[in-house]
Amino acid sequence: MNAPTPTGPTGTDIATLVQDDRVDVSLYTDPHLFELEMDRIFNRTWVWVAHESEVPNAGDFKTAMVGRQPVIVTRDRRGGINVLLNRCRHRGASVCEAPRGHANGFTCPYHAWSYALDGKLRGIPYPDGYGDDLEKKDFPLHRLKVDSYAGMVFASFDHEVQPLADFLGPARHWMDLFMKQGAGYPIKVQGEHTFRFKGNWKIQLENTTDGYHFPIVHRSWMSSVDAETAEMLSFMTDEKAVTHALGNGHSVMVMVPEHVDLDQDDGTEQLQERFGHIVEELSREFAPEKVRRIVRSLHGAGFNLNLFPNVAMSMSFFRVLRPVSVTETEIRHMALGLDGGPEIVNRERLRIHEHFQGPFGFGSPDDSEAWDRVQRGATAGPGLPIMVNRGLPRERHEGDGRVSHATDETGMREAYAMWKAMMTDGR
Amino acid sequence: MAADTALLADPRIASAIELVWHEADLLDRKEYQEWDRLWAPGGRYVIPIDPQTKDFAATLNMVYDDDRMRRMRIERLTSGYSISAVAAARTVRTLSRFVVRHRDDAVVELGSAQVLVGHRREETFVLGADVTHRIRLDGAGPLIEEKVIRLINSDGAVNASGFLL
Repeated sequence: MNAPTPTGPTGTDIATLVQDDRVDVSLYTDPHLFELEMDRIFNRTWVWVAHESEVPNAGDFKTAMVGRQPVIVTRDRRGGINVLLNRCRHRGASVCEAPRGHANGFTCPYHAWSYALDGKLRGIPYPDGYGDDLEKKDFPLHRLKVDSYAGMVFASFDHEVQPLADFLGPARHWMDLFMKQGAGYPIKVQGEHTFRFKGNWKIQLENTTDGYHFPIVHRSWMSSVDAETAEMLSFMTDEKAVTHALGNGHSVMVMVPEHVDLDQDDGTEQLQERFGHIVEELSREFAPEKVRRIVRSLHGAGFNLNLFPNVAMSMSFFRVLRPVSVTETEIRHMALGLDGGPEIVNRERLRIHEHFQGPFGFGSPDDSEAWDRVQRGATAGPGLPIMVNRGLPRERHEGDGRVSHATDETGMREAYAMWKAMMTDGR
Repeated sequence: MAADTALLADPRIASAIELVWHEADLLDRKEYQEWDRLWAPGGRYVIPIDPQTKDFAATLNMVYDDDRMRRMRIERLTSGYSISAVAAARTVRTLSRFVVRHRDDAVVELGSAQVLVGHRREETFVLGADVTHRIRLDGAGPLIEEKVIRLINSDGAVNASGFLL
């Protein structure tokens, strides 16, 4: 007997909702589909939770979300990173409400069950009330499976999930390239902007490798930057600006081809005039090649790498999405700097980040408005599909996967193919 | 016991408060070009994220504007090219609970509470902030030398905006 066709709670055949060139609008609007996504995607695959620089020392922690479930990311005494469900095993209270910090462990504020940095239950007040039946080893904070690549820490509720390296696949090559913006220094997180928009998480997932929207939505930002920056990002008609589908829902969009590998420098690129003061200061300490290497990396990598389902490594920042409800999503834009690098460089990177990102940036509010408008429009014409067909006629197979122009919707098609595979997987 | 109204009788304080109220009116009316004329040369306009930070240059902010950035921001909000500015909320804000943090013949520094009520697309929302204005008085008229807006939710999720605080 054949296995039954996977369906959602409403009886819809989920496989029919995603076609090669279009997706059903219910992917943005159906709360039942959202519940299934939390179960079949966010509770099963690798979800990004942290960059290692956020918990550099033993005792450092940050709180995060895996889908809708709160977790604590900790660095334990042995240097290992743990991802623990933020829920006391006794009566369920959260054991940590700080966004980040340093601790010896976590104590539940309700009845003082206390836990070590790796989640082990260390102490229970007045334990004699439990008789001899309670074994502390049976009640640690619930641990997720954890692995990392290139400093990016991922967690999964599924301890049988495929190895992280396999899940990332060809994306690992691009992660390595992305980290080269450190110009020899490790990358560190320098702060983050957080905002929410009233739309489904997949609307933002689509955006990171959507070059088509950039000069339209970000016209006001383009007019505010100097001509050199605008020229650098004028990829609309550049044939070398391409999008690769990398498998497992991941994709990369190359916007500045000459900055894909920042170690490669043919010497023809003029350093931007606006960074003259940085060149001057760095030149007092570093050789000209090192100065040039650092300054060429100020805008980050020349591409946006989208890792399904919740994190993007986008030019010079991480973009993290968190589904809140079927019609609300939280976004974090994490500014990156050079760990141990020159102060003037890290400050300039903060200023570049502030210019575009965040709720009062010159770019994020316009993205947010566009995403809000997609969600609002999606309530009209429930039978009308969302089209992701741009570039299909010119898409070609190359190396790791399908390739098309940076303004094409290859990345979205890759993400929706993964969505379809996970949502219809009978596991 | 009668309230102490000596602060309000000080013409330096009165003119600083008047400037703050005038600024609020201009921002609610989105008269950004006129707002720019309230600034002293080299003025700094800051919306920090970290509630504690005083070293704005070394930390990530929501806004950290010098003259050049502030003017580019005004250009962006008035050019008609920014879809978020075109769709921006209507706002009405109140600044009160003034505290004088510093005063001399040249400068008054005022702390105040700002409650902004906005309305956009069927939704009314509130943003609360503690605001500090550093105002120069030794020129032709009072001018803003520094404005720092500490939103009470600055380190949480702050919705994207097409207007100014």
